[in-house]
Amino acid sequence: MAKTLYDKLFDSHVVTEENGTALIYIDRHLVHEVTSPQAFEGLRLAGRKPWRISSIVATADHNTPTNGWDKGLSGIADPVARLQIETLSDNIREFGAKAYFPFMDSRQGIVHVVGPEQGATLPGMTVVCGDSHTSTHGAFGALAHGIGTSEVEHVMATQCLVQKKSKTMQVVVNGTLEKGVTAKDVALAIIGKTGTAGGNGYAIEFAGSVIRNMSMEGRMTLCNMAIEAGARAGIVAVDDTTINYVKGRPFSPKAEQWDAAVAYWNTLHSDEGAKFDAIVTLDAEEIQPQVTWGTSPEMVVGIDGKVPSLEMAKNEVQRGDWERAYAYMGLTPNTPISDIQIDKVFIGSCTNSRIEDLRAAAAIAKGKHIAPNVKLALVVPGSGLVKAQAEQEGLDKIFTEAGFEWREPGCSMCLAMNADRLASGERCASTSNRNFEGRQGQGGRTHLVSPEMAAAAAVAGHFVDVRQFV
Amino acid sequence: MEPFVKLEGLVAPLDRANVDTDAIIPKQFLKSIKRSGFGPNAFDEWRYLDQGEPGVDNSKRPINPDFVLNQSRYQGASVLLTRENFGCGSSREHAPWALEDYGFKVIVAPSFADIFFNNCFKNGMLPIVLSADVVDGLFNQVAATEGYKLNVDLGAQTITTPTGEVHSFEVDAFRKHCLLNGLDDIGLTMQQQDKIKAFELNHQQTQPWLFN
Repeated sequence: MAKTLYDKLFDSHVVTEENGTALIYIDRHLVHEVTSPQAFEGLRLAGRKPWRISSIVATADHNTPTNGWDKGLSGIADPVARLQIETLSDNIREFGAKAYFPFMDSRQGIVHVVGPEQGATLPGMTVVCGDSHTSTHGAFGALAHGIGTSEVEHVMATQCLVQKKSKTMQVVVNGTLEKGVTAKDVALAIIGKTGTAGGNGYAIEFAGSVIRNMSMEGRMTLCNMAIEAGARAGIVAVDDTTINYVKGRPFSPKAEQWDAAVAYWNTLHSDEGAKFDAIVTLDAEEIQPQVTWGTSPEMVVGIDGKVPSLEMAKNEVQRGDWERAYAYMGLTPNTPISDIQIDKVFIGSCTNSRIEDLRAAAAIAKGKHIAPNVKLALVVPGSGLVKAQAEQEGLDKIFTEAGFEWREPGCSMCLAMNADRLASGERCASTSNRNFEGRQGQGGRTHLVSPEMAAAAAVAGHFVDVRQFV
Repeated sequence: MEPFVKLEGLVAPLDRANVDTDAIIPKQFLKSIKRSGFGPNAFDEWRYLDQGEPGVDNSKRPINPDFVLNQSRYQGASVLLTRENFGCGSSREHAPWALEDYGFKVIVAPSFADIFFNNCFKNGMLPIVLSADVVDGLFNQVAATEGYKLNVDLGAQTITTPTGEVHSFEVDAFRKHCLLNGLDDIGLTMQQQDKIKAFELNHQQTQPWLFN
């Protein structure tokens, strides 16, 4: 029978199954400082050891500061944050890991940037992490999703997860994207169509000519945002783009193992005629650069659009949500998106902090300067290696000459656990993934955009159609 | 884990869709390396008028009188009634930890985000999906009746209103079994360790690169 890629990945990891509840084997366990301490403590209390240390790759990312690294750990002003980062180091020392990139290591960074760039994420794997954006790794034809801390402990102790099979959704994007329209815009346009609950209970496979022509960085951006559509996992079939990206990375298979791996990986696609439980289609030509206006990623419109009016709400519950969003965001219905002035810009996060993202933003910023009303424009590379690569290409100079701050890697203002955050009422053009109330700082107002759109907004001081710059 | 069998609990209504885990427990409280003590900061940004930080005495902070859970009639609630896609966003298990520590054992909504839904069961909490119409009706009844309580029976998979209306709900058989008996997942999975070892051996032979 024709199988979907999700079926292939799931079925090939079933250890045992009873009445639809399966125990699935986990190949890669990514660990960071925020969702792991209670899991390690659980192991310690029960006298358990990790089942397979070589599956664990760890780094500190959520809490780490993006400046003041010359002061080392003592540069972390918040003692609670510092303790959490030190606790991860202590736990890895006690329990072990295949690889650990601690705070300030040259390879440290956002766990979802570090995994792929190290070759620790490979096609065909099951990948978990106590972080919802683990869906990112699905870009490699891997089954990857976020888990809670109890499950982090469960995977450490047993190398398995108790799972029920998800339903499958195929999202097909065909056509050719206009210049200046990116994977981020595709992701936001999909969420605008499905809603943030549209993917609940599903694993999404992204397909169509747009995805086939997309770089791995773009596919990671897309799969990263699957969770914002409600789907725990997003997947893209393996092709030459995938294999070329994986080749030669530190943890990728070598020599004769490489050929065997590639032969297997080339089977990782949905079979002809495979049945999906739902199919959503979008035309590439209809996708504009996107800007969110509200407090949920589904509250999104094209750059030519306006803040929607209440008459457009589909029901009473949505009317209530929109009214609260107008008030929180300080916006009135029918305001043109390009009239919205911004205070801060954030280019970074597991969605958009890879080298390609930085290159695209730098191309817009080059030779220009941030607008006088923009108080702060942060560029936070996804990892130490991304940072080094960008500096080698001179991107840091382009950004700093344009008035941006060039920072050290980490999650930073995507969730504002460290010192990088919005003050109440401040409005930010952000390349991150969530525009929830308070996400980037209590009272902060987030508008999600692509790196190109963020750079263009920084220069203009308000949202502007990046297609006129490219 | 404490078993969950039956509960008669006061209902608190949170009339919003897409309540995300950032709202349930803001990020600054995630710096804790403990599993407990999050209750006083559940819904922190809605519940208090000032900005919350870890280590602050929450009893001295100004309360937001407009936030529904602060109304005296909902004090002591153990059932949270809410709207679509509750618990969306981050996978932080601190969200169910905070709700449980606050006192909620049952959450009723038309739908939940997948990771949050799953995390509830790991903490002895029961998320119940009822149709949007039934949830709408419950919101009306709660608003009209002070001291409104629901009777939740996990064994029978029913909730009963004060007027005797009975609504059935679905629950996965395995999760139900674990909740009813307060079973620890890890202990159960360890009973399968021979199968895990056998699978792992075969997996290593067919895809040795996964074990480098």
